[in-house]
Amino acid sequence: MTEDTPQGFSRRNFIKGVIAAGAVASSSAYLFRTATVHGQPSAAGAVERLITLTVNGQDRRIDVMPQETLAMTLRYKLGLTGTKIGCDRAECGACTVLIDDVPHYSCSFLTHRARGKKIVTIEGLADAATGKLSPVQQGVVDEQGFQCAFCMPGFVMAATGYLKANKNPTRQELAHGVSGNLCRCQDYDKILTALMRGAELMRG
Amino acid sequence: MAVIRDVLPAFELFQPTTIDDAVRLVDKYRDDYWVLAGGLDSMDWLKDRLRKPRSVIDLSRIPELVGIKEANGGIEIGAMTPLTAVVRHPLVRDRFGLLAEAAELVASPQIRNQGTIGGNVSQDTRCWYYRGGWNCYRAGGNICYADTPTAINREHAILDADRCVAVSPSDTAPALVALEAQMVLRSARGERVVDAEHYFVGPGVDITRMTVLEPGEILTSIRIPATWAGAQFYFEKVRDRQVWDFPLVNVASAIKFANGRIDGARLVVGAVAARPKRLASVEAAIVGKPRDEQTADMAGRMAVEGAVTLRHNGYKVPLMRNLVKRAIRGGPAAVTT
Ligand SMILES: Cc1cc2nc3c(=O)[nH]c(=O)nc-3n(C[C@H](O)[C@H](O)[C@H](O)COP(=O)(O)OP(=O)(O)OC[C@H]3O[C@@H](n4cnc5c(N)ncnc54)[C@H](O)[C@@H]3O)c2cc1C
Ligand code: SF4
Ligand code: FES
Ligand code: FES
Repeated sequence: MTEDTPQGFSRRNFIKGVIAAGAVASSSAYLFRTATVHGQPSAAGAVERLITLTVNGQDRRIDVMPQETLAMTLRYKLGLTGTKIGCDRAECGACTVLIDDVPHYSCSFLTHRARGKKIVTIEGLADAATGKLSPVQQGVVDEQGFQCAFCMPGFVMAATGYLKANKNPTRQELAHGVSGNLCRCQDYDKILTALMRGAELMRG
Repeated sequence: MAVIRDVLPAFELFQPTTIDDAVRLVDKYRDDYWVLAGGLDSMDWLKDRLRKPRSVIDLSRIPELVGIKEANGGIEIGAMTPLTAVVRHPLVRDRFGLLAEAAELVASPQIRNQGTIGGNVSQDTRCWYYRGGWNCYRAGGNICYADTPTAINREHAILDADRCVAVSPSDTAPALVALEAQMVLRSARGERVVDAEHYFVGPGVDITRMTVLEPGEILTSIRIPATWAGAQFYFEKVRDRQVWDFPLVNVASAIKFANGRIDGARLVVGAVAARPKRLASVEAAIVGKPRDEQTADMAGRMAVEGAVTLRHNGYKVPLMRNLVKRAIRGGPAAVTT
């Protein structure tokens, strides 16, 4: 793989390029399909592929295939690779993002469902103007909550969503709140300490 | 067997905004469509390429299907209402705490945020031979891979098996059957209402499906009558891990008392048969008895009569017996977080 990759291209950018090319090819297929559904006039409720998504406060116009999951769109179309894909099966939490402030597994959510909703990923938590970290992010830094941190964006998003609904949780309650996230390095106690610190910072 | 296990296969996606449009679509694509609710059962089938529908009809943009409202002293829950909303709703908590408890024990917080009550009762079984794409009875073949001498069948049925030994995976289903809920179904032919108890079908009736939902039919809402509002409830679920895992066995009971004796009861056990197992004979036997250890003991013993075990699921018999005992005896359920 590395031998075939032109100099100065990172593997990730190379992959992104290939995917973008794929998107162009398939969007031309789309042009021939718009007016008809299985050769019949378009039925009520058929989706358009060119849609607007509101991600981290910005409106993004993109071409989304009907079968695309939000995790795929975020990572490979919008380059927001902070959202991780661990299991792709709703079984680990690495892909957690906020949809209208509620934590969801983006690997198991069709992108077309997110039209008209507010999506927030880990990239959208810090203050865009100043770069100041969000309280939960700061708590993680203060307490050095994670080891390899693959699971971290998911935990941070789950905790952020949970704290929007319950600002003053006990340790036990917050543990329940983020129980839909797994950590392979498994220092849950430390993670919880960091997230509790985040809750404290959020209350100010 | 499936090889590609990520990214979904291509399909045409429809997002109707009214029930009428949704019904028209399922009627039109009758022989090749998939209804998408929360997607948490659906996604696995699609990602594994075990189902390749031409059209996917997503119900998430139909406002009529979401929400909980009061109806004749009972409540009506739209099929697309997320489980989290069911758990939190004051009417559910006040009158039908049994359902709130059951829904709270489903899967994980994110899954409850996305998974719907309608999807939870319409989901397919989790038998992993079947879900792995094996051509078993349920998949249209002529063998049950879970019922062979070397099969791994720790999660499978102990009651009412008929060729297939798969179990009902739902946590809300036993609670809804206990509460005498009714399922409202819509198709191009109109509406029909089915008792929750008869919504679920066992392999003896139809080995290829878990519910009476016909092609072209959509579950629109679940009605819970006032009948059991405010009764004494008990729900308990035993699973391997306290998050994500499906029930090994769960139990739901609703009991009314008069003069210190049991005046009426509904008792339903999940994950022991292909349908939520209502124990009508036990319910009848405990009426008129006091709520005590002796009654609980008798109920537990009666409940497991006729159980047939497989190689690895023998533990389900004492587990079910004890859960039924506890459901009659009352008191707090074992602590789960
Ligand atoms: C990792 C994991 C763990 C889980 N653990 C548990 C658990 O412990 N307990 C538990 O009870 N559940 C559990 N579930 C199931 C989950 O809670 C969902 O309830 C379930 O997958 C289906 O709900 P859904 O809304 O996602 O529906 P979908 O997956 O979209 O639909 C499920 C099925 O029902 C059909 N359907 C759905 N709604 C309708 C409707 N209105 N009309 C007609 N047909 C319809 C769909 O076509 C599909 O066949 C788990 C799921 C996962 C992925
Ligand atoms: S238990 Fe049922 S679903 Fe599982 S392999 Fe046997 S026939 Fe198939
Ligand atoms: S990648 Fe979505 S839950 Fe694991
Ligand atoms: S810190 Fe490594 S997976 Fe959680």
